[in-house]
Amino acid sequence: MIKKFLYSQKVAPYVFVLPFILVFLVFWVYPLGSSLGMSFQKIQLGQEASWIGLDNYEKLAGDGVFLKAVTNSAIYMVLTLLILIPFPMLFAVLINSKLMWGREFFKSSFFFPALTSVVVAGTIFRLMFGEMEGSLINSILGWFGIDPVKFLKGQVTGFIALLALATWRWTGVNMLYFLSGLKNIPDEYYEAASIDGASSFQKFTKITMPLLKPTTIYVLTISIYAGLAMFIESMMLWNGNNSPKNIGLTIVGYLYRQGIEKNNLGYAAAVGIVLLAITMIINLTQLKLSGMFKKED
Amino acid sequence: MRRETVIKVLLFLLFAVLCFLILVPFYAVTIASFKPGEDLIRYGLNLKFDLSVMNFDNFAYLFTGDHSYFMWFFNSLLLTVVQVALTLIVSATVAYGFAAYDFVGKNLLFVCVLLIMMVPFEILLLPLYTLTYNIGLMNSYSAIVLPGIASAATIFFFRQYLRGVPKEIIAAGRVDGASEYGIYMRLILPVMKPSFAAMAILNGMNSWNNFLWPFMVLSDANKYTLPIGLKTLLTPYGNNYDLLIVGSFFSIIPIFILFIAFQKYFIDGMTAGAVKG
Repeated sequence: MIKKFLYSQKVAPYVFVLPFILVFLVFWVYPLGSSLGMSFQKIQLGQEASWIGLDNYEKLAGDGVFLKAVTNSAIYMVLTLLILIPFPMLFAVLINSKLMWGREFFKSSFFFPALTSVVVAGTIFRLMFGEMEGSLINSILGWFGIDPVKFLKGQVTGFIALLALATWRWTGVNMLYFLSGLKNIPDEYYEAASIDGASSFQKFTKITMPLLKPTTIYVLTISIYAGLAMFIESMMLWNGNNSPKNIGLTIVGYLYRQGIEKNNLGYAAAVGIVLLAITMIINLTQLKLSGMFKKED
Repeated sequence: MRRETVIKVLLFLLFAVLCFLILVPFYAVTIASFKPGEDLIRYGLNLKFDLSVMNFDNFAYLFTGDHSYFMWFFNSLLLTVVQVALTLIVSATVAYGFAAYDFVGKNLLFVCVLLIMMVPFEILLLPLYTLTYNIGLMNSYSAIVLPGIASAATIFFFRQYLRGVPKEIIAAGRVDGASEYGIYMRLILPVMKPSFAAMAILNGMNSWNNFLWPFMVLSDANKYTLPIGLKTLLTPYGNNYDLLIVGSFFSIIPIFILFIAFQKYFIDGMTAGAVKG
């Protein structure tokens, strides 16, 4: 009887998707709900929690370190967007051109950095941007007669190191995204444009860019998310969650500091909810402005 | 004709320079793995190819020294294999449910799949941490594997792939009297094989390089994975740099070999999300 029930065509689909339903409820809905609940509580691991209403959020609004973390994450996100969208798009178009020699070789070597873990890549960049005269970046600066820079001690120079790491790891991946988008543009469009006497630049702005829009939106969405949620890169560069004057502190870094290092779970949960809100608002606005919702219908 | 050649050369030069910049860090870490850690502390990571200080000591130490590197390595390997196998089987099953049937609540559930892809996992770190603590899974591999077992990106990819599989296969199976599950196991899974490669590689790479969540869950040094182990070597005193650099270098090698061998699948897997079917 039970066997017959489980084997019916009506019930089988639920059996197939059951693992997802369970994972979704246990590892997403419940944690998100409890995160929201925790954000209204004073709570520590292994101790009784007490409700404190909006206190955590009020405290956050006046917390200078949190503000610093939000500013850092926001600046990092914007700068990665400015670097990691236009350049990979341009490289993809160039590498896709018929005049390109050694296309496959370049494609693979651009992808290499994405194979490394953040831990390994972060270690390499931490050492490359070391303060000694002989470390890689300083020795290059030395050729131009520039004195050694203590990269990881300054706000601007620290961000240069962070962005160098992000650019190194993700340029190739984003280029591949754009390349797979370019594959979907029929050659006839370009041929027709050539017959009409369009220049290469016109072809790029009038054909390539508009038709790459879905890919661009995808890359934009994941980059906003990744930029705002960045943490381990900073943790590796500064070898821990403590950078001088918090120059490398990010929102997730602050969440980690409050929640794991200081065991202020309620306060940290509020940080998480604010991050979720910021990410959702930016991404939904961006998707709405680019007309993604209309297209889906 | 002449103008084309000029453009060709310029394009090639541009990419050669970019490629050089991208490969410099790899070159630096390779060189450094042949130098004493002390040298690295004193002069920093650089490009000096100096045979007078370069030797195989670090490699000898890596393979014969008294340290935990290969324990971390095999922990990572074990975790990656288990995680990939379970994630692929579970995600494929879920994807088949979405692709093959119409049922009440299907669209809502699929929206949930898409939603998961949009919520930063980092937000869930703390509640997942308390949940893991409360149900006593701290310091276990289950705590690392279970939350990702029905991977949204993987489900999405498999579902797209299954849309291209003719429904007649299922109908024919039913005519032959196969059960719903028999159809999936004996008729559909074999057809899905090609799509498993790309997802195995994507999930395998993520799992091999996964750091933050395992770092929070695992406290027993005997269970450390490779990224966590390497991270413990990065101390302000630099006393472990002999192993840190050669260990970092060596950790890249297996993925490089896999990449060279299965390049197409790497790229398919990485770009799976961006292509709409």
